[in-house]
Amino acid sequence: MSVTIALAGNPNSGKTTLFNALTGSNQFVGNWPGVTVEKKEGRLKFRKDVRIADLPGIYSLSPYTLEEVVARNYLINEKPDAILNIVDGSNLERNLYLTTQLAELGIPVVVAVNMMDIVEKTGDKIDIGVLSQRLGCKVVKISALKGTGIKEAADEAIKAAEKGSFTPVHSFSGEVEHAIAHIEDLLKDKVKKEQERWFAIKVFEGDKKVMEALSLDPSAEKEIKKIVSEAETEFDDDCESIITNERYVYIASVLRGAYKKADRGSLTVSDKIDKIVTNRILALPIFAVIMFIVYYISVTTVGTIATDWANDGVFGDGWYLLGIGRAAYEEAVEEYDAAQDRTEAFIAAAEEAGIDTEELVETLQSEEPDSGIIDEFLLQAADAGVEAETDSEGDVLVVDSDAFAQAVDAAEPENGDFGIWIPGVPVIVGAFLEKINCAEWLSGLILDGIIGGVGAVLGFVPQMLILFMFLAFLEACGYMARVAFIMDRIFRKFGLSGKSFIPMLIGTGCGVPGIMASRTIESDRDRKMTIMTTTFIPCGAKLPIIALISGALFGGAWWVAPSAYFVGVVAIIISGIILKKTALFAGDPAPFVMELPAYHMPTLGNVLRSMWERGWSFIKKAGTIILLATILVWFLSGYGFGDNGFGAVSMDQSLLAAIGNCIAFIFRPLGFGDWKAAVACVTGLIAKENVVGTFGVLFRPELAEVAEDGMEIWTNLSANFARTGGNAAIAGYAYLVFNLLCAPCFAAIGAIKREMNSPKWTLFAIGYQCVFAYFAGLVIFQIASAVVGNVSIPGLIASFLIIIFALYLLFRPAVTEAKEKRVNSAA
Amino acid sequence: MKTLKDAKVGETLTVTGITGTGAVKRRIMDMGITKGVSVYIRKVAPLGDPVEITVRGYELSLRKADAEMVETE
Repeated sequence: MSVTIALAGNPNSGKTTLFNALTGSNQFVGNWPGVTVEKKEGRLKFRKDVRIADLPGIYSLSPYTLEEVVARNYLINEKPDAILNIVDGSNLERNLYLTTQLAELGIPVVVAVNMMDIVEKTGDKIDIGVLSQRLGCKVVKISALKGTGIKEAADEAIKAAEKGSFTPVHSFSGEVEHAIAHIEDLLKDKVKKEQERWFAIKVFEGDKKVMEALSLDPSAEKEIKKIVSEAETEFDDDCESIITNERYVYIASVLRGAYKKADRGSLTVSDKIDKIVTNRILALPIFAVIMFIVYYISVTTVGTIATDWANDGVFGDGWYLLGIGRAAYEEAVEEYDAAQDRTEAFIAAAEEAGIDTEELVETLQSEEPDSGIIDEFLLQAADAGVEAETDSEGDVLVVDSDAFAQAVDAAEPENGDFGIWIPGVPVIVGAFLEKINCAEWLSGLILDGIIGGVGAVLGFVPQMLILFMFLAFLEACGYMARVAFIMDRIFRKFGLSGKSFIPMLIGTGCGVPGIMASRTIESDRDRKMTIMTTTFIPCGAKLPIIALISGALFGGAWWVAPSAYFVGVVAIIISGIILKKTALFAGDPAPFVMELPAYHMPTLGNVLRSMWERGWSFIKKAGTIILLATILVWFLSGYGFGDNGFGAVSMDQSLLAAIGNCIAFIFRPLGFGDWKAAVACVTGLIAKENVVGTFGVLFRPELAEVAEDGMEIWTNLSANFARTGGNAAIAGYAYLVFNLLCAPCFAAIGAIKREMNSPKWTLFAIGYQCVFAYFAGLVIFQIASAVVGNVSIPGLIASFLIIIFALYLLFRPAVTEAKEKRVNSAA
Repeated sequence: MKTLKDAKVGETLTVTGITGTGAVKRRIMDMGITKGVSVYIRKVAPLGDPVEITVRGYELSLRKADAEMVETE
């Protein structure tokens, strides 16, 4: 017979560790239907016919949080054969609170008291026999971390499941029991016998979700109201509080005699750590240091190395095994570049001296330069006494004909000469395709479309894994809860959680892992808000755009880059306040009543597993959309109707250019209604730094590549923005703001989709970002233009309408729950 | 009526009742802050809010706005 066991317990009770120990690698991670709560299932390691369903970590079965509703719906509707309830032995009182609720469901319960090693160390005594007798179910001592007692716990749960029937033994005070018995009577025909008590208590509590599901007839409802109000008068308390109180009173009676707390005397290790780490004076500096370490390793150093390796190595030209030879190669390249400079300078000087250099340049560019021509040139140059000067970082070098001869002989360094060179995937595949004479369009599709797309998905994974390792560690050791504790005051004003700090911080490096880091935020609403706003922060790939605009239009003014971050932060604050007040995020704010778990050292296995799970879920859930979108844009930008009909064309003839022409008018109010700017926005979706490269291709197609800040095209860009916007600087800044705030790159969109787990929410997030970016760009362009004298009346009217609308959204009262209901029922 | 919000760090207080309604109240009570339980004020966050308390043998943090709902003596 196949058995299903639900694993239930409080957050921080070691549930995940126990689940991993029970199932090993036989796990499937998914989501509970329709919600972002993660669902894990697995098969028992030593009994493959036993299914283990891991419920979300919860403190209660109240109707107020998503996790609790998911858990109780599963328990009531799917009816697992048994519940294995893990409780933290060092925190029995509160953990048993959930146990009393689980025991009412009519499902056999086995209690596994975890962290027994810690309990025994501190000298606390738990009498399992007494506890078991009083709770009316089997109790097992385990240590999930050490792996002791786990098999026994599973065996007991299977035994209980096979036995089937289960009646809770606990009872509340006489008056409450009387009321519950009365309600049970009224529910008799509506619910199954074994679930009677659960439903009766929920009805007593006035649980709206249960009441709706039961749809009692009015007479019964009236009767219940009477019973409840009688009890409420008697206890001088509301119905929910009566039950909660009764549970804790009952737990106290269970623990009397079954649990003896040792005299703590001095502080525990965890207390000592906490005294320092969340100390009023030291907390912020320590927080800053920890964040710096996380940022420095996962973004600045190791993370960048990992991303560069994945993007430029594995999915680029190639890489040196263990990096050996890389430095030597780079040095050689530098030398070679210097030699190239010297030859160029010398040739220029020779030209000035009246020597014909055409033949020479031609032969130098050919595969095998004709030494005769070079020698003849050298003779001529020596006769004329040609000399040139090169300037490399202040070192002025005089180039005479000898130096020129040497420089001409310099060979371009080959990657293979300096170490074990491993070619990148595109190189290997490219060579193979060439060998089999693959059609050009197909090899283009494979190399630039598919491999480029796969690279876009996998390129971020190494860096993400490094970050996830830190996050898993911070979560498991207990510091993450303190992050929320320390930062809560700042972030809650904008409808965000204190834990939103980490996604935003990581977002300054790369938005993709930043969005993925939002997983640590428990509250659904805070998490969604964080996902929507994280990419407003300029990420590393947006820096080239900032450099381009700043260099081309502001003469590299110092304030452009900081202003970009300022714009990002302001966008987050405004969005937080606006969104917080909309119907989508309305209702009671999630109470910030949060456990601060004891610090403890996590195991390497659990940290690595959590790291891998998150990385894999990104690849799986975000991969498809990134891949397809990348291929689509590759196709649009490389194909179109050229001189020979439809086929591969340069970008200015491509379908994308045509689309750019169609949509350019949209951006006219923002000062850059031009197809080139529009096309660059679209290619920026593949990766934001592509904006610069695209302008490079469109303005100067003769160049193979432009510099990272696009300095070759500064004048073209400036002229272009001057044409479209009147004032180049203002139009350029509006363009910058739009690109900083609009939809992020496909990889980040994929991450948003993965974290939102809902197409509707993903579209809403992207749509919101684009509209916000558009409005911000419009207001900046129109107002700034008016200030310098280019007044556009419709533009100004639109700007003022937007500003008034934004102010209304910012300062109106929040949508209340009643209004939210109306919205819901209308939908 | 004195509430948990006004309590000083280092004080130990007995809860006399919870005001308020709905999700926040239920959550506070679910976490073990019920009538008659004693709570110890451990510390206040560096920025002045939230507060950290010890209740039923474990550490809990709550915002001052929520702590105001907990009546104590």
